[in-house]
Amino acid sequence: MTAVTMDMAAAPPRKRMSEEMFWAIALIVPYVVVFAFFVVYPVGYGFWLGSGAASFKKLFQDPIFVTTLWNTAIFVLVAVNLKMVVALGLSAFFILEFRWIRWLSVVFILAWAMPSIPSILSIRWMFNPEWGMVNNLLFKWFQIEGPGWLTERHYGLMLAILVHIWKSLPFWTLILVAARLAIPRDLYESADVDGATRWQRFRFITWPAMRAPYLTSVLLSSIWTLGDFNSIYLLTGGGPNDSTQVLATLGVRYLRIDQFDVGMAAVICAMPAILPMVFFLMKRLSKVDEA
Amino acid sequence: MTVTRFLERLPLYLVGLAVALWTLLPIYHLLIIALSPPDKAVAGDIIPQAVTLQNFVTILGSRHNLVQNFWTQLWNSTLIAVVTAVLTLVVGIGANFSISRLRLPGGRIVTNIALLTYLIPAAFLALPMYRTMGQYGFLDKPWSMIFAMVTLAAPYAIWVMNQASAKLPYELDEAARIDGATPLQILRFVYLPLMAPTMVAIGIYALLLAWNEYLYAFLMLSTERQLTLAPALGIFLAFDDAPWALMMAAGALYALPPTLVYYLFRRYMVGGLTAGAVKG
Repeated sequence: MTAVTMDMAAAPPRKRMSEEMFWAIALIVPYVVVFAFFVVYPVGYGFWLGSGAASFKKLFQDPIFVTTLWNTAIFVLVAVNLKMVVALGLSAFFILEFRWIRWLSVVFILAWAMPSIPSILSIRWMFNPEWGMVNNLLFKWFQIEGPGWLTERHYGLMLAILVHIWKSLPFWTLILVAARLAIPRDLYESADVDGATRWQRFRFITWPAMRAPYLTSVLLSSIWTLGDFNSIYLLTGGGPNDSTQVLATLGVRYLRIDQFDVGMAAVICAMPAILPMVFFLMKRLSKVDEA
Repeated sequence: MTVTRFLERLPLYLVGLAVALWTLLPIYHLLIIALSPPDKAVAGDIIPQAVTLQNFVTILGSRHNLVQNFWTQLWNSTLIAVVTAVLTLVVGIGANFSISRLRLPGGRIVTNIALLTYLIPAAFLALPMYRTMGQYGFLDKPWSMIFAMVTLAAPYAIWVMNQASAKLPYELDEAARIDGATPLQILRFVYLPLMAPTMVAIGIYALLLAWNEYLYAFLMLSTERQLTLAPALGIFLAFDDAPWALMMAAGALYALPPTLVYYLFRRYMVGGLTAGAVKG
């Protein structure tokens, strides 16, 4: 103990530093190094490369870009809202105290627990127009020629939204289940005494308590959905003819045709959508942290 | 159960059935294709006519050129996941102990920066990260993935540890100090034992993050013997006549370990940033 203290006292050349201070700085160093080398430098360098007027000009003149913006808006708006409304509804189902429902929730989480590549590839094969299960059954049962699910833009986007929801629905349902469980039971009991209807119970007890967590969930989910690369890339590959690209996949698309700077310009274009949500969430989350 | 009671609960059963079908259909489809003979992966049947383990034998014996490096890639995935988990814990413990227990001046800024990095989707950091890894000479080496995954996991680790350590009474540290404990002794004998459950959650989180990562691995690793399993599965898609039965079998083998790990540690996994934050 004494020896260590003496070493520490000798180590800083000019100012004497307390042992606590020395370790506080020493222990933060690994993270600072990781952050400097793998966040600050890459982001600074990438943004510098991508922020030239020429890169933006190339990006804006590419007809794919406008399609991509539309796709991103549709993908995020539809996927997030559909998912959160269904999750809100399902959370009412999963708080019921039946043993079979508890077992079902263990099964339900499987989609979230398993890595997304195999399940996305499975869905991709299922919807293969020629050999996939869906079109084969459509033909066998109803003699319908199924559409080219993955070779038409609207079907491709729709399936990407479904794949995204399939993967993330269990997570958000569990989050909202936790929020519901935090509502005091006796509120509902006294509402029953007063003869409240189901809708009134939801409107005056459940929703006021759920509004804040629901909004936080929607924001966080919007950010994550904007960044969902796998659901698009592994399903349609952005095709056909780049008609199902979203901002999360567009950067990689330019990288593959060796236009790194245009790819970075596409990444920069996503920032006005992401950063306001990020800052708003940071405020909310930090408040919770202090409480 | 009486008929009226059954009818009363019928909507519940229907919801339950829909949830089960919705969840299990893609997984069931994955499994029946994986169990089909390689030439019969055309799926027109809900119940497969022939079931075989041939695809799994082909993969485990590396008997097809698309899976000839299966074992090497399995090893790469494992190595990267384990090293990522360990390094994330080292970086996270150091940062959190420094900020929350040793009260590093300006520590709050570090926590906020970590949160900011965590909230920005990884897909938008992939391009700059890829370019920089090239400059550092890490491309196509396990280090590129390890550093990238630690970079993505550490902010989450710091944020979650921050919430957990805020619940540990500071008096414990003070009592240890009065007994003459050095900072490292407090770390070893006070902080770590109390933080153990959080450490398990963070370790598993980082492990699964690295194992499941597709985009970064696909960008940064290129030669077949350097690939992890995730991008190796993606390579199947490059072939028009992709052997889907083989691909589904490889997908099942790839999905099994992380899914088991998730279920084994499920009680640690619920919680973390979102549950804590969203509850409030």
